[in-house]
Amino acid sequence: MSSGLYSMEKKDFDKTFDKTRVKAYGDTMNDGKVQLSFTLPLPYSDEAKEAARQLALKMGIEEPNVTYMMDLGVGYTFFVVYGSCIHSVDATKIVVPKVETNTMSMDEVDEYIRKNIGRKVVVVGACTGTDAHTVGIDAIMNMKGYAGHYGLERYQMIEVYNLGSQVPNEVLVAKAIEVNADAILVSQVVTQKNVHIPNMTELVELVEAEGIRDRVILVAGGPRISHELAKELGYDAGFGAGSFAEDVASFIVQEMVARGIK
Amino acid sequence: MAYIHLNEELIKRAREAARNIAVDTQKFIDVHSTVAIERTIARLYGIDGVDENGVPLPNRIVEHIKENGALEDGLTYYLVNAVLETNLSPQEIAEEVAKGNLNIVKLNKHSIEEIQKKAYELAYPMVERIKSNRRTREEMINKIGEGDKPYLYVIVATGNIYEDVVQAQSAAKQGADIIAVIRTTGQSLLDYVPYGATTEGFGGTYATQENFRIMRKALDEVSYEVGRYIRLCNYCSGLCMPEIAAMGAMERLDVMLNDALYGILFRDINMQRTIVDQFFSRVINGFAGVIINTGEDNYLTTADAVEAAHTVLASQFINEQFAKMAGIPEEQMGLGHAFEMNPDLKDGFLLELAQAQMARQIFPKAPLKYMPPTKFMTGNIFKGHIQDALFNVVSIWTHQGIQLLGMLTEAIHTPFISDRALSIENARYIFNNMKSIGDEIEFKRGGIVERRANEVLNKATMLLEEIEREGLFTTLEKGIFADIKRSRYAGRGLDGVFTKGENYINAFIPLMLGGADNE
Repeated sequence: MSSGLYSMEKKDFDKTFDKTRVKAYGDTMNDGKVQLSFTLPLPYSDEAKEAARQLALKMGIEEPNVTYMMDLGVGYTFFVVYGSCIHSVDATKIVVPKVETNTMSMDEVDEYIRKNIGRKVVVVGACTGTDAHTVGIDAIMNMKGYAGHYGLERYQMIEVYNLGSQVPNEVLVAKAIEVNADAILVSQVVTQKNVHIPNMTELVELVEAEGIRDRVILVAGGPRISHELAKELGYDAGFGAGSFAEDVASFIVQEMVARGIK
Repeated sequence: MAYIHLNEELIKRAREAARNIAVDTQKFIDVHSTVAIERTIARLYGIDGVDENGVPLPNRIVEHIKENGALEDGLTYYLVNAVLETNLSPQEIAEEVAKGNLNIVKLNKHSIEEIQKKAYELAYPMVERIKSNRRTREEMINKIGEGDKPYLYVIVATGNIYEDVVQAQSAAKQGADIIAVIRTTGQSLLDYVPYGATTEGFGGTYATQENFRIMRKALDEVSYEVGRYIRLCNYCSGLCMPEIAAMGAMERLDVMLNDALYGILFRDINMQRTIVDQFFSRVINGFAGVIINTGEDNYLTTADAVEAAHTVLASQFINEQFAKMAGIPEEQMGLGHAFEMNPDLKDGFLLELAQAQMARQIFPKAPLKYMPPTKFMTGNIFKGHIQDALFNVVSIWTHQGIQLLGMLTEAIHTPFISDRALSIENARYIFNNMKSIGDEIEFKRGGIVERRANEVLNKATMLLEEIEREGLFTTLEKGIFADIKRSRYAGRGLDGVFTKGENYINAFIPLMLGGADNE
């Protein structure tokens, strides 16, 4: 099925790197090589294979090579396809919004709070809505933290309330008001069918309705939360995969100072 | 069969401590009931359906008794008395109550002896139905056969029961032995069971009796087609634990997640509520021939798998004793654990092997439920597929019972049809290619695996003896399992717990207790 180990295809394209026209890379600059896999609701057959090839062509894959197909039963077939993607991107024009604070260490954060705020910073957090996955919020808030990065509970100058999972937005906001929170952290791990979007929006609306929006830093986190998405939904920051407690803490305390919250 | 030298004396001590913990907790269980148990009894007496607002009739009739301040006497007393008094069926009585035409608490009372006798009489048809489901399963397995252990367990989770059917049949054709229909996010916190076939759900599909029926029928069809009995699994946890058990027993489900500790720790369900609920649900599961799966694996999603390994073993011991109290035979105890150590760990594979082999030897007849890596799965599907392969190696080596297949896309989404196919291919390749490795390779005396297993066993024994001294509830309040602390007076569902009054009857417990042997 495959074309063999030794590619005989001509490589008569321009092989110089051009940052305004970046293409996918296999083993030669600008060869555009990509791999993809997908299932078609068609019975395992030569016709299904041809359908997979044509679909790849429509995706902008030149010379698509269906290297593998597997019968999934019930009239479905799985394909692995390799080919050259004709598209390119202009990497000089890319702008990605990021949280713009300097990340400090735990000790530096504590010191920063002592010096600039002069009291303990209060943080409440939860997995809200129907989300039962506390992995993210625990990694940021619990004493132990994650991957050697201590959680907020360990910070001397931060007072932490981790409400756990499946917390209604109302409960989270009520707690924030009760303890006079400086920041609210929301973790959303389950994002199937975008269930997190209405839930995250509802929290912003509640915080605004309670009239505490300007004195509370709102932070969202989760494996598929970007800073851009969080900003769009009305949060002050969003932290995706690979963020640790010190990233979140640094943002909160610097944002508090920037806003003049004492 | 692989073998490591374990300290037998410690195993005995651990089991004894767990036994005392269960006996102690059972004293609390025996004098309490819950709204969920009463609704379950309603269902077992044949009450089903919903009112004009979509509220299930079992909820309506139990609420009705509660509103009349008579819940301590339980549903059976008033329902059976109403049958004697009105000559209506339980279903008709529930309908009349829902319409507001009948107050069953205020009817003339027959003698308690008369009610008791009728309570048993009315219970027999359902007990027979469940018994006959168990026989049907046994006959089908005898006739068409079943897959080899470890059973390949996969999930479907589209939210739409009809789409689930397509995915489930496909998975069975690719080699799956157990299909679990993941429940919609948050169902465990509903204090009622939704009704009818459903096509909308988040991250899963509502557990309803109709959905159970649809999927069981689809799996029976495909069982005959592939020549293997395909088991159906659902989730008997949360606030409707015993109700789901009853519905599963009626529709011939084969496997049920069923663990109070899981609900307490991870769903913040009140411990009094769910421990009491668990007992009745396990009585039903035991009688129905259902394999229960316990949720120890979940501890490791929050606590560290190396440090907290002994809490998993301790919990398995406790779950074994709770299951025994409810009449579940060892062959139906799918005690849980997981392959969740950090893949960067040096010799981590050996530590996983030690844990799995130790569990195998301590619970020799239990179809151990082995959960795949989840915590350290990333968007790197290529590495993820290898993590799952190592997990499969441990399983075939140590003869695990139920292999919950890892998906290469674990950290990304609920499985695509192709993810499942790749995952089954992975497991079948390894299970076949390494079939007898456990019989061929002996563990080194005093080596890493043996030392690790005994260290975990030792710590588990100490922990169990501590729990024995303090009681299970206090232990949970201290946060010993999964690093999570729960109060016995907080959490969901506490208001549904009550102390049984003097007229309290539950005919199904004596009729079902003792599991499959209760003929």
